[in-house]
Amino acid sequence: MLIETLKRALLLIVQLDPDLLEIVFLSLRVTCIGILIASVLGLGIALLLELRKIPGRGLIISILNTLTGLPPVVVGLVLYIILSRSGPLGFLGLLYTPVAMVIAQTVLATPIVAALSHAAIVATGQPVRDTALGLGATKFQALLAVFNDARYAIMASIAAAFGRVMAEVGAVLMVGGNIAHHTRVMTTSIAMEADKGDFELAIALGIILLSLSFLVNAALYGFQRMGRK
Amino acid sequence: MYKKLLPLFLLIAFIPSILQAGEVIKCASTTSTRNSGMLDYLLPIFKKSTGIDVQVIAVGTGAALELGKKGDVDVVLTHADDLEKQLVDEGYFIDREEIMYNDFIILGPTNDPVGVKAAENVLDAFKKIREAEANFTSRGDNSGTNMRENRIWAMTGAMPERSNTWYLAVGQGMAKTIRVAAEKQAYTLTDRATWYSMEDKDKLGLDIVLEGDPALFNQYGVMIVNPKNFDHINYQSAMNFVIWLTSADGQEAIGAFRDKLGNVLFTPNAR
Repeated sequence: MLIETLKRALLLIVQLDPDLLEIVFLSLRVTCIGILIASVLGLGIALLLELRKIPGRGLIISILNTLTGLPPVVVGLVLYIILSRSGPLGFLGLLYTPVAMVIAQTVLATPIVAALSHAAIVATGQPVRDTALGLGATKFQALLAVFNDARYAIMASIAAAFGRVMAEVGAVLMVGGNIAHHTRVMTTSIAMEADKGDFELAIALGIILLSLSFLVNAALYGFQRMGRK
Repeated sequence: MYKKLLPLFLLIAFIPSILQAGEVIKCASTTSTRNSGMLDYLLPIFKKSTGIDVQVIAVGTGAALELGKKGDVDVVLTHADDLEKQLVDEGYFIDREEIMYNDFIILGPTNDPVGVKAAENVLDAFKKIREAEANFTSRGDNSGTNMRENRIWAMTGAMPERSNTWYLAVGQGMAKTIRVAAEKQAYTLTDRATWYSMEDKDKLGLDIVLEGDPALFNQYGVMIVNPKNFDHINYQSAMNFVIWLTSADGQEAIGAFRDKLGNVLFTPNAR
């Protein structure tokens, strides 16, 4: 039975089943937008922490590290309460939209990007900056030099965040609602199809999700290797 | 390498989405109407005739009604007639219409260890399960099915208690509850549509052990969130939805629905 289901799942993928493509594409879009925003925010936080001597910096870093393990269902729950029509941001009408899912993924990804890229910048930031400034660079140029030096580690942190939020189901289900053709992504779809006993689509999506995770991890490995050279 | 990745990233993120032209309403409904394929069949027909896109959030009846009370959806399609009428009286919803029915059934292990198949009616069946302390999975989520089940337990004397290890409250959707019943070889109360919609039901080791008792009648109703409570309710489109569901066209479409195996899952009965 397993082999047969697997065969039909592969067939769905090979035939580029439109329902399957729609779901995969929505997943990618939500995660890409979420990660873009999280990267900007996360890098901003990392740089701010390193370049300005903020009071309570150690505490902030500890909090950031804790937040890298935020339970997705808690993020989902809090956002749900905030975004619901009866919640404080209810007037925006964002609950059960792709935007709500992007927000959830951004919240989950930002601490990961911030903590990991901060760790990277800490390792080399100060000497690189001093050298650049010593060579007559402006402050902005020195900043760019720090960035450039840690670029592979930063890319690795973004890849790690991408992998995590892409595979996440709890938060996007709560704020997205798994609406067909609107907020149904790979993970929520797999959970639903498995309940229905329609394992073909579930397995097809599972294979794609795994493949994407593999690609992300291959990229992660690549970035780390490049960083060591 | 990362310079090449970024444009790809941006491309995927910002390919303009196909904007949905026309009206959109959000409808909270039950997993039975979605998982059976009913809504996937019905909503495109409705969209064709009115241009209105209905987005469905499928949860249990209790959760669906809560979403409506909080204004997170425009319309609800649920199956708990007493509670629905009560919420209309309390001013949360308006324009309630009954649109269709199906029925509940009791599922049990194929070998029916407690002999529920010989029960005279649903009350008798629940008594047998209770006395024999046979495993029973409950939705345990305040859904329409759960409310019905609780009502039947109450008629047997009292709700099962926490200490009753045979009573398993799953707290999840109908399909999941049936799956737990299959694994635990337990009895459970389900709507017929969800059972028929499970594609691997032949392999679950469960059978219908009781059906046809009038007490298992299951009425579905639709109603609109009271626009007086919220400014954003798309009342006009929601009203069109309710009108269409109860119209000759809508009722005919409901009656013509068959699942993949050709079973009739819902019977239209709008007045």
